[in-house]
Amino acid sequence: MTDAAPDLTGPELLHGVPVSSSRGQQVLHPSREQYLDLMRSLADEGYAMCVDLCGVDYLEHAGRQVPEGVQLERFEVAVELLDLTAKRRTRIRVQVPADDATLPSLFDLYPGTEAMEREAFDMVGIVFDGHPDPSRILMPEDWIGHPLRKDYEVGRIPVQFKLTGKPV
Amino acid sequence: MSPSSITKMHEDTSLTDEGAQELPPRSTLTAKELLREVGAVLRISEAEANTLSSQEPSDDQTMIINMGPQHPSTHGVLRLMLELDGETVLRTKPIIGYLHTGMEKTAEELTYLQGSTNVTRMDYLSPFANELVFSMATEKLLGIEPPERATWIRMLMAELNRVASHLLFLATNGMDVGAVSMLLYGWREREEVLRFFEMVTGLRMNHNYIRPGGVAADLPPGWRDEVLRLLELIPPRLDEYDILLTEQPIFRERSQGVGLITAQEAIALGVTGPILRSTGIEWDLRRDMPYLAYEQVDFDVVVGSYGDCFDRYAIRLNEIRESIRIVHQILDKIPEGDYRVQDKKVTPPPRARIDESMEALIHHFKIFTEGFKVPEGEVYVGIESPRGEVGCYLVSDGSSKPYRMHIRAPSFVNLQALPHMMRGGLIADAVAVISSVDPVLGDVDR
Repeated sequence: MTDAAPDLTGPELLHGVPVSSSRGQQVLHPSREQYLDLMRSLADEGYAMCVDLCGVDYLEHAGRQVPEGVQLERFEVAVELLDLTAKRRTRIRVQVPADDATLPSLFDLYPGTEAMEREAFDMVGIVFDGHPDPSRILMPEDWIGHPLRKDYEVGRIPVQFKLTGKPV
Repeated sequence: MSPSSITKMHEDTSLTDEGAQELPPRSTLTAKELLREVGAVLRISEAEANTLSSQEPSDDQTMIINMGPQHPSTHGVLRLMLELDGETVLRTKPIIGYLHTGMEKTAEELTYLQGSTNVTRMDYLSPFANELVFSMATEKLLGIEPPERATWIRMLMAELNRVASHLLFLATNGMDVGAVSMLLYGWREREEVLRFFEMVTGLRMNHNYIRPGGVAADLPPGWRDEVLRLLELIPPRLDEYDILLTEQPIFRERSQGVGLITAQEAIALGVTGPILRSTGIEWDLRRDMPYLAYEQVDFDVVVGSYGDCFDRYAIRLNEIRESIRIVHQILDKIPEGDYRVQDKKVTPPPRARIDESMEALIHHFKIFTEGFKVPEGEVYVGIESPRGEVGCYLVSDGSSKPYRMHIRAPSFVNLQALPHMMRGGLIADAVAVISSVDPVLGDVDR
């Protein structure tokens, strides 16, 4: 069924970062330290637009396929870049550990990630260093917990309303 | 919930309490923040930002007003915090989330077959685009290709959906700038298109028609006559709109030169769709990264040159004409054949088989209760919705439900351009600018 199984043999690198292919789509796997530098070189290379950024909680799916040498962590941030001139896309998947769920913000490079990073913080709880306005965006500002985490219990959260004191 | 998890969640408080979603007082703004406010995209130097900050009005000169969430021109439940210096808008902060219903979380509890009932409710003005992008992502994970007729049916529905969505834009845009009669005309024509949708799918909105593997049913008898009726009906009405709006001096005064955005800003902010095209960038995924059978039809990408509200209006009006051109070609080229893929793993058996075969009945039952398993992996698929690029990032862990489904909502990203379009403009123009972004709050908040 899978037309292109991820090529896991051999350290194929792009900008010094392991690269794999998911159903024919190019995916880069930088470490947290390489992340900003990689994004800068990709921006220079022509990827002018950051189309999407979202967080994924891999708590219940720890054994996913990544190239050799990539240290798997609980969270992942997937960034989708678009090159308008060469008409190509690339995806960046960064591993973010659970005990220190932070990642540098892309705001200075791609200002359009402002709302997306706030959404990733709101939904998955990844903190973006250097973000100008790290507040919640979709949930109420005094909400507790991050709904898209896999250990967030659905349907059992007391409804929280503002200005009513304690959650009822 | 277990007591331990409650304590755990309360321990998280320090992590989540990031304060109110408010505009900070102007007096606390540093040059760097001001740089971000006006220059993050424009890349002005810090020295320039410093000089600018000395010219900025102080807190007691400005006033913050809240617009929405109930304001009729905010197209639903968008709230804007506007900082005003007299009648001039300085900072704008869109505050969203009033319509957030956790649809991405819901998607994790629904099978792939049920998934399109969920996504169709996000951008409720272009449900087919959402269903399509979700189905395409699922099909990419499965490694299946829908049959040719299904592809063309999808294209037909997507283009007519673009017509319906843009007609509604024309209606509300007209109303927002004071041409109230346009509201009635736009809704009237849109209703004609929705009548065709109802004939095909059974519903005016939230169709759940495009599903992984194809479409839910073949086009009903008489569909061609109905489409031809639409194709005859709409173009003359568009010419009437030209007289009513395009050539009307009041409308032009209200929209020309209002809500400017440059190409550089639009790209940096990730803006897509008619707003990006209004700045002169020729970017349409249908032409530039073709999907379905768009490379087999002939159409023009409409671009503007000033990046103002009028350009965005004109682009949408002319995109209706282009969509009608595409629909004419679809009518000529649509092939006969199957409307869904004949893959036993994905497709339920035909109705007739269920009456005669026990296995078919069991198979049918299992597909609709358990769903089908999708191989492990992750994909991103992006297509051109009426509002810009709608994308679906889908992660599968090999089960019959998505492990994570993220929709890249065009309205959500496009809304970020609002503060840039508003700054320096008049409060009276704010309504025209919001309208020209054409946000759908169901899509913004998901």
